[in-house]
Amino acid sequence: MGIRERLAGNEAVAIALRQIDLDVLPAYPITPSTDVPMYYSQYVADGKVKTEFVAVESEHSAMSACIAAAACGGRTATATSGPGLALMWELLYVASGTRVPITLAVINRAMSAPININNDHSDSMGARDTGWIQLYSENNQEAYDNHIMASRISEHKDIMLPIMVCQDGFITSHAIENIELLEDDKVKAFIGEYKPAWSMIAGKPVSVGPLDIPQFYTEHAYQRAQAMKNSKKVILDVFKEFGALTGRKYDLFEEYKMEDAERAIIVLNSSAGTAKCACDALRAKGEKVGVIKLRVFRPFPLEELAKALSHVKAVAVMDKAECFSAIGGPVFADVRTACYDLEKRPQIINYIYGLGGRDVRLEDFTFVYNKLDEVVKTGKSGEIYRHLGVRGV
Amino acid sequence: MIYVKDAYLNLSWKEIDPGGTILKAGTSLEIKTGDWRIMIPGFVAEKCKQCLLCFPVCADSAIPVKNEKRLDFEFKHCKGCGVCYKVCPFGAITFVKEDK
Repeated sequence: MGIRERLAGNEAVAIALRQIDLDVLPAYPITPSTDVPMYYSQYVADGKVKTEFVAVESEHSAMSACIAAAACGGRTATATSGPGLALMWELLYVASGTRVPITLAVINRAMSAPININNDHSDSMGARDTGWIQLYSENNQEAYDNHIMASRISEHKDIMLPIMVCQDGFITSHAIENIELLEDDKVKAFIGEYKPAWSMIAGKPVSVGPLDIPQFYTEHAYQRAQAMKNSKKVILDVFKEFGALTGRKYDLFEEYKMEDAERAIIVLNSSAGTAKCACDALRAKGEKVGVIKLRVFRPFPLEELAKALSHVKAVAVMDKAECFSAIGGPVFADVRTACYDLEKRPQIINYIYGLGGRDVRLEDFTFVYNKLDEVVKTGKSGEIYRHLGVRGV
Repeated sequence: MIYVKDAYLNLSWKEIDPGGTILKAGTSLEIKTGDWRIMIPGFVAEKCKQCLLCFPVCADSAIPVKNEKRLDFEFKHCKGCGVCYKVCPFGAITFVKEDK
């Protein structure tokens, strides 16, 4: 079952998109996401897909073209990173507000300035409030799997929200790992045919993007908020169906050795692998530590996370993005909110780490677990807003 | 200012089209955008030579034409832009501040 391969994350994403056989792929290159449309343009040239490939003049145009293609009832996707995502900003809101399904491969990259092409999550974390569903991927396998599932979630009639599938730039996008691909016909059968409720080219006239006056804007925002809330169930249903097909079972987050854990690290994307490794080493010494890897950040799995943390004494939330709120990172803020209603709240500290491609090592997570041990033993959180590995701090 | 049918204002969030997309054609017929007007054109029939320069420049189809002759203004959608007044070579269109 499945096709054994060894691929870098970007090529795995391109293959997933080829198997979906998009109607339209508009793209503008930016490191480290460029490989995705590069591989895809080869599939177009080789006649492996029926896709209309649009070489646009900017990311703003790439997202505009995606919205137009989706409004015409087409399946569409594009890829970007860091500043490219920033240039899409206006259209990210237009996409979710227009309620069209689009898949965006975000190959996470730091935001300029100072200019940096390496990995952190400040691009997609900045876009967390744009009304897009966000999935995060630890490795190339998850990036591939998430892309196969993404269009099913995004196109669901009760959801109709665009979706970002994030993975770490260079770390997984360019590193070659083993992977198991689905056969083309299985992907086709899984994603099915997309039948939108309306389309600009279906013969029945529609007006897309008209002015929304104050008497209606609130109701439209509420609709979108409800779609985001409802998407959790749809995401779980699609994960379940995918699990039955592939044997790869996914959830809103992965709990790693959490059953009896007293200390937990919460982390996204590729660092989860390193955290699990550090967790294993401490478990071998009898320490009760665990890892929670968030896979779905929008919608935020508030109740589920609170339940998973209800028996934990101390939690370190790892944010690979500095959002300059002066109180901590974005994942930290939401995790703290999730725990507020718990009868017995864990102590929760935040580490901003791995910015701009700073290497994240095994000993970094061991250090964090040791710091959590101090919190548990003293009963005091101390400074909750911490930065990992800053020289001179 | 309200320029949608009053009945629409009572629709719940479940009843309005997602994304504000309008799923039918010709809905502008239901909406009286003439309310936006500040200036108003007037038709002086006795000066009009029926040259028909005015009706093609009207963006709001506010100048009805029947049997190759223009009729008086239809003000439901006229926004008082004054373009018809500007193109008329015969002074057959007036343009003044509307009394409301």
